[in-house]
Order: sequence, then C-alpha cells, then structure tokens
Amino acid sequence: MDMVLAVLSWSCLLGGAIFLLIGALGVLRFPDFYTRLHAVSVCDTLGAGLVLAGLMLQGGFSLVTVKLLLMFYFMMFTGPTAVHALAQAAMQGKLQAVVDEHEPE
Amino acid sequence: MENLINDVLLGLLMITGFAIVRMKSLLGVTMLTSIYSLLSASLFVVLDAVDVALTEAAIGAGIATVLMVATVALTTDEEKVPRHTPLLPLLVVMATGAALIYGTLDMPHHGDPLAPAHRYVADSYLHDSPVEIGVPNVVTSVLASYRGYDTLGEVTVIFTAAAGVLALLGYRTRGRNIEAAGIRKQVVLRVIAKLFFPLILLFALYVQFHGDYGPGGGFQAGVIFATGFILYALAFGLGTAQRLIPSQLLRILAAAGVLIYAAVGLESMLLGGKFLEYRVLADDPIAGQHLGILLIELGVGITVASVMLIIYYGFVSRRH
Repeated sequence: MDMVLAVLSWSCLLGGAIFLLIGALGVLRFPDFYTRLHAVSVCDTLGAGLVLAGLMLQGGFSLVTVKLLLMFYFMMFTGPTAVHALAQAAMQGKLQAVVDEHEPE
Repeated sequence: MENLINDVLLGLLMITGFAIVRMKSLLGVTMLTSIYSLLSASLFVVLDAVDVALTEAAIGAGIATVLMVATVALTTDEEKVPRHTPLLPLLVVMATGAALIYGTLDMPHHGDPLAPAHRYVADSYLHDSPVEIGVPNVVTSVLASYRGYDTLGEVTVIFTAAAGVLALLGYRTRGRNIEAAGIRKQVVLRVIAKLFFPLILLFALYVQFHGDYGPGGGFQAGVIFATGFILYALAFGLGTAQRLIPSQLLRILAAAGVLIYAAVGLESMLLGGKFLEYRVLADDPIAGQHLGILLIELGVGITVASVMLIIYYGFVSRRH
C-alpha cells in the first residue's frame, strides 16, 4: 500500500514539475503575448495542481492535507482568473496577436 | 537542503533586483517589486519567521503593488532619463555598498547560538513565557506583552502615517463612483472577487484570533482585512466600497484602535498594576495576560486595517 502511494505521489509530483517546465519553456519560446499566456496557464492549473495532489498523497489523512486542499481550491480559481484578466486587458489595450499569414496548402 | 533553498531564493532576489534597475517601464518595475516581496516572504518562511512572511506577502506583494499601480496611473509609465552623468551617484552607491559589506564582516554567522540576539533577554523570554504568559506563540507574547510599549509605539506610528497621507493627499468624503472603463463587463473578475471577499475576511479573523497559538496577530490580520476590502474596491469600484465602509468610519476606527490599546494600559494602571501590565486585568494572572493580549491585538488589527484602507482611498480617489 505504501509502495503504491509513494509511486502515485511521486508520479504526480514529477508530472507537475514537467508541466511547470513546459509552461516556463512556452513563455520563453512562444511568439506573442496570447500564446505565452496560453503556455503559462498550464503552470497554475495542471502544474501546481499535480504538485499539490502529490503532496496530499504524501500527507495522508491529516491537517496538512486539508490545508493543501484549500490551496488547491484557491489555485484552481485564482490562476485561470488571473490569466483571463490579463487576456482581457490585452484585448482592451488592442494588442494584436501574431497571425501566420501563409495559408496551409 | 534548507541552505540550497535559501541560496536559490537569494539568487532570484538578486536577479530581480538587477532587473528592476534595468527596466525602463515603471509598471514593469512595480510588478518586479511585487515579485521581490513575494520572494522575500518565501525566504522568511524558510527562516521560520512566518509572522513576518504573512505581513510581507500581504503588504509588499499586495497592498504596496496596488498603491504603486495607482501612482503610475496618476503619473506616467515612463522612467525619466537623467540628464547628468551617473558617475557621482555610482560612486556614492559603491561606497555605501562597500561600507555595508564591511559591516557584515562583524556580524555573527547565520544561526550562531552565541549571537547577541540569542543571549541577554531572548533566553529568558523563551524560558519564562510559558509560565508567565501561557501563550504558545512566543512571538505574540514578546510583541504584545514583554514589548507592549514598543508595539504601542508602532501602532501610533502607523496611525501617524495615515494622518500624514490624509494631510498630503486630502480626502473626499463623498467619492464619486470611479470605475475603470469596462470593469463592469468583467463578469468573471466580479464573480471571483465576490466569492473570495468573504473567505479573505474569514481568514483575517482566523489570523487575528489565532495569533496566540500560531503565526498571526493584529498586524497580519489587519493587512489581510485591508486586502479583502481593496479586492472588493478593485472589482466593484471605489464608490461601492465607500458605501460599504465610509471614509469617516475609517478615520474613527483608526483612532479607536490606538485608543483601545492605550485604554488597556490605563485600565491596568487603575487596577493597581503598571501601564500595560496585563496580569491585573483578571483574577488569574495568566487569564489577565490572555485578555490583555487579545484586546491589544484587536486594537492593532482595527488600526492597521483602517489605516491601510485610508491610504488606499486617498491614492485612488485622486484619479480624474
């Protein structure tokens, strides 16, 4: 049982770390604001969410897990809201997205 | 492991510092200072100074950022290009930096048990606090009881800051309902703000009254309260927030908090003790300490929350 829990928790932690890395790479490599925002939104939801889930599995049934659950709840709301607000602000500021002009053949 | 985390955080702090110096857009600088505050708050958590970290996260990363954004909106986003050569300032900064680094050579090492801060009174605080005061969080017992005079002074300083901001910026008792164009349309932001507003206030109450047992207390709870109301004002406009909590009420509350604190001191004098000697407030000295700490923390919380909101109202009502 412990073994299963450990494997599950570490795969969650590693998965979260990979998503965080992907998000960071996306922010650095993507061409314009909107696509970067798309990349960074992965960090707040899947990245942080998986890390928190992994930590909850480590914590077991304890007060720590309750606190982590609360953090999870807050992250699930604040992250997407922040990204949404940023995108809206960019839209209102009339920021143009970089569009590939070439039609696919 | 802990040292590694410290090093990474300090490294990030340094990078952020350089980025702040290099950046020309003042709005960008504001965001970077917010990140700087959040990094220092994490550093305080690693150093086990959770009480300080709570305040730093709420003020540095929260309220100060909102105030700076309001200032940038009032003035300009462009950094002024200096006309004179930067040689003299560079020399002054380098000399000051060198003097500061020279000063650190005399400082005790990180975690040195023989450091002056850990000798003298700290030992007796840690040793006597459970017997004399009976509050599990020693930080609270030092701040509120052993160093009650200092804390009264600090609260008075915060109150004076609000008076200074009011004197400089003036205030409008009946603020027009100033709202950024288009915020009414932001349904998602408003719903989330409405959802989080009561939760933030609830958390502030927890921090306020749990300060005897865990990290927290009046200062932390006050700033968290203020961030809740600032979030509300950001989402629903200053006028709506002022209907919820009018500026006149805030000015009365800011003074009331300091007065509650001082009144607890006077009450203990009337009951035959010294100023701020909480032992005499109840029959049992420990219960008296508990009561005194609860009351003065309440006073601190009321003053800090209302002062933060007064400053926020003062900055934001200047627009237009």
